[in-house]
Amino acid sequence: MDFIKLLDSLSNKDLLNKKGSRRESFGQFSKFGKNMALASIPFGLAATSSKAGAATKKMASAAFMADNNDVLNFALTLEYLERNFYQIALDTNGLIPAEDRVVFETIYRHEKSHVDFFSAALGPNAIDEPTFDFSGAQAGLDLPTFTDYPTFMALAQGFEDTGVRAFKGQAGALANDNELLTFALQVHSVEARHASQVRRMRGSKGWITQAENNLPAPFAPIYAGEANTVQGGVDLAGMFSDFGGNDAVTEAFDEPLTMDEVLTIGGIFIVPE
Amino acid sequence: MKNASKNESTTEGKTFKNRRQFLKLSGMAVLGSGLLIACSDDDDIINTPDPIFDLGAGNLGILNYAYALEQLEAAFYTKVLDGGYWAGAATNEKIIMEDLYNHEIIHREFFRTAITSVAPDQIVPDLEFDFSSVNFDSRESVLNISQILEDTGVKAYNGAGQLIDVSDDAGQAYLLLAGKIVSVEARHASAIRDLIDPGSMDFAGDDILINLGGTGLAYDKAATPTEVLTEVGATGFVVTPFTANNLPTS
Repeated sequence: MDFIKLLDSLSNKDLLNKKGSRRESFGQFSKFGKNMALASIPFGLAATSSKAGAATKKMASAAFMADNNDVLNFALTLEYLERNFYQIALDTNGLIPAEDRVVFETIYRHEKSHVDFFSAALGPNAIDEPTFDFSGAQAGLDLPTFTDYPTFMALAQGFEDTGVRAFKGQAGALANDNELLTFALQVHSVEARHASQVRRMRGSKGWITQAENNLPAPFAPIYAGEANTVQGGVDLAGMFSDFGGNDAVTEAFDEPLTMDEVLTIGGIFIVPE
Repeated sequence: MKNASKNESTTEGKTFKNRRQFLKLSGMAVLGSGLLIACSDDDDIINTPDPIFDLGAGNLGILNYAYALEQLEAAFYTKVLDGGYWAGAATNEKIIMEDLYNHEIIHREFFRTAITSVAPDQIVPDLEFDFSSVNFDSRESVLNISQILEDTGVKAYNGAGQLIDVSDDAGQAYLLLAGKIVSVEARHASAIRDLIDPGSMDFAGDDILINLGGTGLAYDKAATPTEVLTEVGATGFVVTPFTANNLPTS
């Protein structure tokens, strides 16, 4: 993939007919606090206002259509969150046992690269890094994220699994741009490698069985919908009793999350401006 | 190849054997019909050879491509679970390999069902594989091949995404399905890599990742079908010939 070409393709896109800047939209998003339903508004408006003319019925049938820059800023937000999370953890003496540091240093390095890439791809359209609070205070939680290693590990798993589902959910929105789509896929599968590793370090399988949430209860939305057994219009439930049954069916396919669903999860850790 | 085809005879058994030899060159066979056409110029070749299957064009071709790869993976893990390594493996490894077997069988059967429903006459046949080069009693041998297959699956799906025509609902569903499957392949690859070198960075190692835009080694590859099929062909695992002459390239 040619990075310069990507940048060109981005700069050539018509960003001028936007009603509001992305920065405003994300500001709005980050202010929603506990009223998470509001998170959908800026993206919903962006999708209908700038795309309405071109949107075909078929495109509208996709789970979500958003401007590519919205998608990239959405991705950047997630990568900011992950980078910041791992950076704090690695800087916190005594949190990560020596034998586990190489894993989290590796993940951190990848997330940092992803931030750099999305930032460069967006150029002046990149949103600023939000302020994060990993205690979850925005949602009324008081998590010992950086003083209790199991809590840190649980959140790491949650962020990685969310990242996988988030990128997957945007594939359709990026399908109008082969380079962006491919790039997103190349990030997406790295997040899945991370997720598998962290899950296994926590004693879980690397893959998601049914919609099992082995994190604190407020994070159940991270796994909502993972128990789906209908793929491509075919209900696979009951078809594989000799091959792990429905548990294996749900493990064999990861499910997407919509942008709204992801922002609801991410909003737990984002401090309103 | 000319010499090989001289051995061709009227008995089915020999024909099969000969065909098998020539498919040892499956890296070429799957990639183009040139070699096969050259061979079929021989007068004394198979009387009525089966036509070589082509994966096809458009989204159907991509589905068949994925189905062929899933057939390969499912066949491999079927052999793994019949082998000495799995029989004597530690419990956690047994579970992982069994899960991978289940998942790949499910992927394979899903594609079989999906393709049959839209193009029953154009689906890849059941492919034959030859894993005689793999020692299924050896942990190292099994895990190394597993790693290669899973990493290959990841870059194959990553590269196929942009080849899917999403101009209709079915195409959009196929793209999402590729996304649903590729992350599971990546989860597999990560687990296998960690079994090989536990606690290291290899679950997402620098050996498999690439650098985009100078931001560092932090991205999986996205390979074209030609690249993937060339590599798969070079393994010698694929016995049944097929070509991929009509897949979309953009």
